Amino acid sequence: MASVVGTFTVDPRSRAAARRRARSEGATGWVFVSPSVLLILGLSVVPVLWSLLLSFQVNDLVSPSEWVGLANYQALLKDPAFGSAVTHTLVYTALYVPLSVVAGLGIAIALDRKIALIGLYRTLVFVPFVVSAAAQGVLFSFVLDPEFGAANSVLHKLGLPAQGFFSDPGQALYLLVAISLWSGTGFCVIVYLAGLQGVSSELVEAARIDGAGRWGVLRHVTLPALAPVTVFLLLFQTINALQVFDLVFVTTKGGPLGSTTVIVYFIWEKAFKTFTAGYSAAAAYTLAVALLVIGVALQVYRRTVNR
Amino acid sequence: MKRLPFSGWHFVLAPLTLLFALPLVWLLISSVMSNAEINRFPPALWPDGIKLDGYRYVLGNALFPQWFRNSLIVSAAAVTANLVLGSLGGYAFARIRFAGSKLVLGLMLATMVIPFQLTMIPTFLVMKQLGLIDTLGALIVPALVTPLSVFLFRQFFVSLPRELEEAAWIDGCGRLRILVSIVLPLARPALSTVAVLTFLATWNDLTWPLIAINSDSTYTLQLGLTTFQGQHHTQWSAVMAGNVITVLPVLLGFLLAQKAFIRSLASTGLKG
Repeated sequence: MASVVGTFTVDPRSRAAARRRARSEGATGWVFVSPSVLLILGLSVVPVLWSLLLSFQVNDLVSPSEWVGLANYQALLKDPAFGSAVTHTLVYTALYVPLSVVAGLGIAIALDRKIALIGLYRTLVFVPFVVSAAAQGVLFSFVLDPEFGAANSVLHKLGLPAQGFFSDPGQALYLLVAISLWSGTGFCVIVYLAGLQGVSSELVEAARIDGAGRWGVLRHVTLPALAPVTVFLLLFQTINALQVFDLVFVTTKGGPLGSTTVIVYFIWEKAFKTFTAGYSAAAAYTLAVALLVIGVALQVYRRTVNR
Repeated sequence: MKRLPFSGWHFVLAPLTLLFALPLVWLLISSVMSNAEINRFPPALWPDGIKLDGYRYVLGNALFPQWFRNSLIVSAAAVTANLVLGSLGGYAFARIRFAGSKLVLGLMLATMVIPFQLTMIPTFLVMKQLGLIDTLGALIVPALVTPLSVFLFRQFFVSLPRELEEAAWIDGCGRLRILVSIVLPLARPALSTVAVLTFLATWNDLTWPLIAINSDSTYTLQLGLTTFQGQHHTQWSAVMAGNVITVLPVLLGFLLAQKAFIRSLASTGLKG
């Protein structure tokens, strides 16, 4: 007979030694995980609770804080700046998420074939994804500069009127969506390409034999097989879109006329520019609860799809 | 190499993918233009020979190389720490039975869904208490280990056959010995995935440096670049040269390790 210690099988003769070993195994386990556990839990659980306390206080990050209960949340509800930040974030998300996922699917299907240069095509689509939002912002501020930018130079050559781009409140938010699509679609493409490898070729064959055309196969075989990937991408892109900040900070700083102030920019501004950290924490909590609701809703949907 | 067939798809794919490449091509082109070419109206779309003024200006500026060094230090520290702490934790969660391991792992994974905006203000206060604000330590400490690193290592180690470790275990090898001399040499895919994801996240981060750093000698490249843009608005070639230098390490790394890179991103995506 053998006894199981840890995860290994040992000779029964050494049972006493094994018991000793089991005890030291537990200690070893804790020694191995404790640096990660302390850092991760310490730097997430403590701040989450601290943030909740902050959201009930008036705090400027320097002087002692004062307890104000729900006043911050009540003020948020009445703050038109917060309202428009929510609107801008929702417009950005409503455009970016479906466009990037649909374009990602389309491009992935187009790239899912063995032809010359296919590796190069895949690389080109994906490369913008690894460029930091700061670098993207600096690059596009230049390309779209009303005076020195290549974009207006091209428009001029085509005989079209020069545009204000980021200085035009009617264009700035949509330009941010376009830049995000340029860099973020590649991620959807790569994830869909990986997903397409998993689509059963026998099922596709069977559908072909049953007389399904290209659209039929796409609708009845490929898309259902990709449903889990699609749900993941919708969730991932939505969470990213609701948290957009770096690109806004570099290109427009929330302007012109507040037209690109998104929620996270609002949170940052309130905490680190106007030093109303309690108010900012209340806004952050509002965003977090919204993200949680979306996350849970999508998980529930995912379960029902997979069933 | 096997010749692949030509297809009508090229007429769709070539222009489409060129659209993705164009802004980056423009980044390179404009970084070697002279300011006169850029400041002309309408600005030139093609440089009249390669001018390295922008690069000379950027590299001659004492701060820019300093920012590069800061970014390198922070990223190297984060990558090293994530590999060491992540593999230790991941191995213990995968192979060692100890009281509370499931609960702690669950808690750690749950923290992945906490948005950074919720923790950034208190993290700033924590770093301030520790006296780390405006030092590279404030950038390094929160990046030392992520739940994703621990999770990726755990998943990889669970999939390794146990038999590999059994002989060493019976010979009386300790867990650390087994991890270092048997498991880690087999874990190259996991090591490279964690290294790639950590490097990308730390090198490209802007939000946290923006909050934690005040003095320009402690800036990272991303942070420096954003202020650089404001100060040198007329020197666009210098701004673009700085941007090339910021993007280049990631781009080169990506092109060198493209397959591993894409596989790691795609698989983390699919598992998420």
